[in-house]
Amino acid sequence: MKRINFIKLLSKSAIVIATGNLFGTVLHAATKSVSVTISHVKRYALGIQIEKCIGCGNCVLACKTENDVPKEPFYFRTWVERYLIKKNDDVVVQSIEGGAGKLSTEMEEKDILRSFFVPKLCNHCEKPPCAQVCPVGATFKTEEGIVLVDEKRCIGCSYCIQACPYGARYMHPEKHIADKCTLCFHRIKSGGIPACVEICPTQARVFGDLESKASPLIRLKRMKKIHVLKPELNTEPKVFYTDLDGEVK
Amino acid sequence: MNIAAHEGLLKILGQVSGYIYPNEIEVHWSILIVVYPYLTGLVAGAFILASLVKVFNVTALKPTYRLALLTALAFLLIAPLPLLLHLGHPLRSWQIFFTPNLSSAMAMFGFVYAWYLMVVLLLEIWFDYRADMVNWGQTAKFPLNWLYKILSLFSKDVSPRAKVFDKRMVKYITILGIPSAFILHGYVGFIFGSIKANPWWSSVLIPIVFLFSAIVSGIALVMLLYMIITPSRGKPIDMKCLDKIASFLLYAAIVDFSLEILDFTHRLYESEESIKIITDMVVNKLFISLVVLQVLIGMVIPLGILILTKAAKFNQELRKLLYFVTAILIQIGIFSTRWNVVLGGQMFSKSLRGLTSYNMEMMGREGFLMALVLLIAPFFILAILIKLLPPWGKNPDGE
Repeated sequence: MKRINFIKLLSKSAIVIATGNLFGTVLHAATKSVSVTISHVKRYALGIQIEKCIGCGNCVLACKTENDVPKEPFYFRTWVERYLIKKNDDVVVQSIEGGAGKLSTEMEEKDILRSFFVPKLCNHCEKPPCAQVCPVGATFKTEEGIVLVDEKRCIGCSYCIQACPYGARYMHPEKHIADKCTLCFHRIKSGGIPACVEICPTQARVFGDLESKASPLIRLKRMKKIHVLKPELNTEPKVFYTDLDGEVK
Repeated sequence: MNIAAHEGLLKILGQVSGYIYPNEIEVHWSILIVVYPYLTGLVAGAFILASLVKVFNVTALKPTYRLALLTALAFLLIAPLPLLLHLGHPLRSWQIFFTPNLSSAMAMFGFVYAWYLMVVLLLEIWFDYRADMVNWGQTAKFPLNWLYKILSLFSKDVSPRAKVFDKRMVKYITILGIPSAFILHGYVGFIFGSIKANPWWSSVLIPIVFLFSAIVSGIALVMLLYMIITPSRGKPIDMKCLDKIASFLLYAAIVDFSLEILDFTHRLYESEESIKIITDMVVNKLFISLVVLQVLIGMVIPLGILILTKAAKFNQELRKLLYFVTAILIQIGIFSTRWNVVLGGQMFSKSLRGLTSYNMEMMGREGFLMALVLLIAPFFILAILIKLLPPWGKNPDGE
């Protein structure tokens, strides 16, 4: 074969492949938009009523059990913080064993101005910085708005851990992947609710679909004043807090 | 979880002050991630020094041109290793190259690295050495002659016209190489500077500070190598060259230090919410590595020495000694800079209420010994490269 013919053949093959790819992409986009219009897309989120949290830590234990989170006190998908705000405006925050352990207080009760518990977890941000920085796309947002990690794809670089403003991710000591809360994706896919929500004795955690008017979360958002954590970072968190104190970060 | 790791974390738990999120006890980016920007910085800096000869016609620096290129190559070859060793799943790292997430700064690593290695450094070295390699392919003994033939891609043309073409190509590649070197290290800075969750890192100045500190460290390294290698070959040190390198080192160090002061002043003046915890961290956790090693020993003293050598008429021997000391101090300073950026960013909680500690392990994949090996390895590669491709253009057989 002459060189010029070979080059012609090469360029023709390239055009065929490129056209094929383009066609595939268009087809994929078309089918995707069809599926979107047919099915009702849910957008899951969580509400947390701080005034109802009693700091029992059951949510932490339930999460650890449900999701095989390592038992050691360095790895949490969810944890509970206790805030003690003193009369002189000093703030003491504790999260001993994620709220599941015993909290100690070395201050006189009369010095305490107010105290409350704040459950924390992944905020399943609308604009998740962890997904943005993941070099291989192992962290991604599902169409339901839940931020997940593909365990088979994660390379364990920890960049997502650095990028999360909420400290919601940890490096799994055995799997060597950056683990995080999935809102119990396996449960909600089969019609259930997250383990932490189910076990909460005071219903401080409210799970729901933001697209459904009947959702208890929509009712909560309608009835209560809502705040999110670190709104200045523009991550658009989808964990909505009621009665959130300005000291909580 | 293994018992040693568990005990290590329990120990750190005892060193935590204030409140940190429970997942923050473990410092995820260890000394290996300190080594990575340090190595790439040396690559970028060495290349910038080399480019001064070819693009800006600073002929006084000619004796260090090839040495600088080979130094950049030796360090670039090792630069990805700390990243690779740090990964939880190193065998999956190919995904960064083949299926990258384009919104990730880290995913650009594959493109930047491949571009810099293949298009800039290897190509420039190849064109610069091509005619020599053709000659060595004919004069060297077996099997070296075959190695040179393969390295020169069996080219044979050593006509003046071909050499002019080589020279022109080297100049073009160097012109392309300068922004590439800026991108290489600016991008490493961007990996940190773009993390808005971390006030210690999140700054537009970080990539620029990284870049200038890279230039400082690269120039100082080539100066050091030149001062060690030349006498060991029994040749006299070209003082004109050395003085010129010292001048460029001084200019780069002034810019670098000014940027660092600007960053520091800016943080203090703005005094954002994070300033209290950052001050706590600098005073309680980074005092030695930042104030003493980075600023005082690594920058103020070298700057003072360089200014002094310029102002006073010291004799050659004293100048050599002062330059040598300066180059070493600058390496300590720039390594401390990397340490303070990488580890400092992980020692305070994103709750801005507490500090954790980094306990460096000695052995293990992310330990001190591994970091030491990675820091020494480029010098061995450089020794091989110098043996194969002598920067001074002699026959490698020594004939």
